[in-house]
Amino acid sequence: MSGIPHDHYEPTSAREKWLHRRLPIVGLLYDTLMIPTPKNLNWMWIWGIVLTFTLVLQIATGVVLAMHYVPHVDRAFASVEHIMRNVNGGHMIRYVHMNGASLFFAAVYAHIFRGLYYGSYKAPREVTWIIGMLIYLLMMGTAFMGYVLPWGQMSFHGTAVITGLFGAIPFVGESVQTWLLGASAVGQPALNRFFSLHYLLPFVIAGLVIVHIWAFHTTGNNNPTGVEVRRTSKEEAERDTLPFWPYFVIKDLFALAIILLVFFAIVGFMPNYLGHPDNYIEANPLATPAHIVPEWYFLPFYAILRAFDGDVWVVIAVEWITFGIVDAKFFGVLAMFGALVVMALAPWLDTSSVRSGRYRPAFKWFFAVLVIDFFVLMWAGAMPAEGIYPTIALIGSAYWFAYFLVILPLLGIFEKPLSQPATIEDDFNAMYANKGSTSGAPAMSPAE
Amino acid sequence: MLKKLTIAMALTLGLAASGAMAAGKTGEVTDYDFSFEGPFGTFDQQQLQRGLKVYTESCAACHGMKFVPIRTLGDEGGPNLPDDQVRAYAAMLEVYDESIRDFRTATPTDHFPESNLENAPDLSLMAKARAGFSGPYGSGINQLVRGMGGPEYIASLLNGYTGEIREEAGAVLYENKAFPGGWISMAPPLEDGWIEFDDGHANDLESMSKDVAAFLMWTAEPKMMARKQAGLTGVLFLTVLAVLLYLTNKRLWAPIKARAKQRKD
Amino acid sequence: MSHADDYEGTRRDFIYYAAAGAGTVVAGAAVWPLVNQMNPSADVLALASIRVDVSGLQPGSQLTQLWQGKPVFIRYRTPEEIEAARAVDLSELPDPVARNDNLDEAVPATDENRALGESGEWLVMMGVCTHFGCVPVGEAGDFDGWFCPCHGSHYDTSGRIRSGPAPENLPVPMAAFVDETTILLGEEA
Repeated sequence: MSGIPHDHYEPTSAREKWLHRRLPIVGLLYDTLMIPTPKNLNWMWIWGIVLTFTLVLQIATGVVLAMHYVPHVDRAFASVEHIMRNVNGGHMIRYVHMNGASLFFAAVYAHIFRGLYYGSYKAPREVTWIIGMLIYLLMMGTAFMGYVLPWGQMSFHGTAVITGLFGAIPFVGESVQTWLLGASAVGQPALNRFFSLHYLLPFVIAGLVIVHIWAFHTTGNNNPTGVEVRRTSKEEAERDTLPFWPYFVIKDLFALAIILLVFFAIVGFMPNYLGHPDNYIEANPLATPAHIVPEWYFLPFYAILRAFDGDVWVVIAVEWITFGIVDAKFFGVLAMFGALVVMALAPWLDTSSVRSGRYRPAFKWFFAVLVIDFFVLMWAGAMPAEGIYPTIALIGSAYWFAYFLVILPLLGIFEKPLSQPATIEDDFNAMYANKGSTSGAPAMSPAE
Repeated sequence: MLKKLTIAMALTLGLAASGAMAAGKTGEVTDYDFSFEGPFGTFDQQQLQRGLKVYTESCAACHGMKFVPIRTLGDEGGPNLPDDQVRAYAAMLEVYDESIRDFRTATPTDHFPESNLENAPDLSLMAKARAGFSGPYGSGINQLVRGMGGPEYIASLLNGYTGEIREEAGAVLYENKAFPGGWISMAPPLEDGWIEFDDGHANDLESMSKDVAAFLMWTAEPKMMARKQAGLTGVLFLTVLAVLLYLTNKRLWAPIKARAKQRKD
Repeated sequence: MSHADDYEGTRRDFIYYAAAGAGTVVAGAAVWPLVNQMNPSADVLALASIRVDVSGLQPGSQLTQLWQGKPVFIRYRTPEEIEAARAVDLSELPDPVARNDNLDEAVPATDENRALGESGEWLVMMGVCTHFGCVPVGEAGDFDGWFCPCHGSHYDTSGRIRSGPAPENLPVPMAAFVDETTILLGEEA
């Protein structure tokens, strides 16, 4: 096996040897758990564990909710109320599942932006990045379909809007939309299949998570310096790393406990704050809510979708070039998915030879603007599509694409990087020698 | 830098989430005090019983509550009516029974009847469905900062009639300060002194509005007290666990960090 | 090894054990709701006891009430039926146990131990044959009680098995009069 040299599991007793010859599962678990991990990982490297935990949490609570939920247009809403009122502890299980989706996305955004700042997507970790993007895409699909299930007003009309995105595809759009819904409009077939897929996809995600972990265990973790672990000998590697258990497991569990503390405060005291109140009104095809808004975690991409209306010159130009095949509606859909695609292509768009944003003085600022841009888009997505908001969304969308398509490629050529530490060990030692002085930003200090 | 961004992220998250509730025009909502506000707030049993009476004598004429089982009127933490009163309450109601395809007298295991009128929405969850209306531009900020939500809106609505009436397309509309848009088709459902309470509690319009709003909060979220308790237990457990894990982590890393410091010196 | 090191060692161990213990408790507390949600929910529990209005029954008639998904026979017996049931010698019974949830497990299967109340006018029992769960037919069979059409089990006017493959008497559920005309099923009054 490639990767960082370290001690492997050696079966000692006869029984262990017997099993190991037939199924080296103990060795696999040992190598996974004891993987050499860069010493200098900071607090932004906790999100993987948080996400894994959240996936398990969502599957566990979801399986349980499915025991009481009825995927039928006449009974779905009532069955959720049955869970809330009659099932033992059902209200907590449902609120945990509902807010668990928000925890999942909050953590995944932190995880993604961590990767974008420290260049975790760069060679040789492109496959890890791509798998991660696939997981993110599946998460969005799963979350969307899960939101349909309570069959409230937002569920119903949100589904109509989102499946309408596929309807915007030229020529085949209408057929695709009909195929997705199993009817010309949202109804029983859609609800029933979304329930089935909402149950299936988390297990696909779990499978991809294993591949994701496999991929970065092959390349080794990235770290805040972006400098690779020395691999010429085990001794050298051990000076840069510590085994994942117990050093990082305990650190991550501590972080997880803090995050769950906040999570439980939200579930216990304001469980409906992140949701839309209209979803407590049973779906009614005859009355559309005044203002359809997706859940917060979709808002940035929803803003990009809406930003490109028929008045934007790019849209007009594209429409003219394609003889009207790509109209404003379809352009918006392309832009929304394009925003994800350019992010997935980051490994090939970033030309800089330096991995970590820590040693890239200009990159830092563009990255900070990107993060702010993300929140501006989120805010613009929540606002009605009138007045100043579409313009803000358009500027935000433009920056999003510019960051990946223009800034990342050009920065690598024009930027003068700072000097990087020679080894992870140097970085780690320097951190503690400098402790108390002003040079080390607190967020970058490792486990404390 | 990343840390600052994380903090900014956390802050904006709150804003964006509340922004999600932005709706069009909203009315004036008064921040009434309710016993169930705050992390330790509980329902006031007497108030819920009065609210039930207001609901029964006024709202129930047009509205329904099809998701609320009648038996829960006897639940502890709710109105907590004694068994015989719950049965007597059920006996006053008629519900439609699928199996006999006819109406029959309700029993405590039945739910409250459905709405009688097409345009009278079900009130089971109204207090949760109207939670986003309070705050400037429907931003829901007040929900976070002042704990204002659906019950405040309901009480304000019942109190918000100005007395102005206008006719539009054959329908009579009543001006209401709290209703988004300002004109509502529901006639004023309560007036000072309309309902007498057995305990002689104040029965002016505002008191009754608050009582029925509290009752509707209970119908929308009957497990609120259990939920807060579970949340508190969770937070306390996790605090202890976090402290212990912090100490474990510190101790675990101490020799590693000490060595790092030595090497550097 | 110095004394101070020993002290350090025990303190370190203590924190490790405390953290592991607290972690186990939290994990256990988190798992319990996932298990408990499979227990009967509040609406099911609410149906565990029901009130049956028997004001419409005359001597010699019965009603069948669905309770927790199973039929319950409530019979207003005639004096002849009561007499017939009480005249039976216990030694003739294949199942000598009363099978009455209101009484101890081992009481003998006399009619007094199965009927509701002293006079024995009311008989309340589950309408599920103890053989393979068919619903027996009333006022039928060799003993003028109940007859199960599936495999030919005969019950007497007290609902006791007399002949046929069924092993046990028809069970008597928890039942009591709460007023003149209302029987409370499934709960002590």
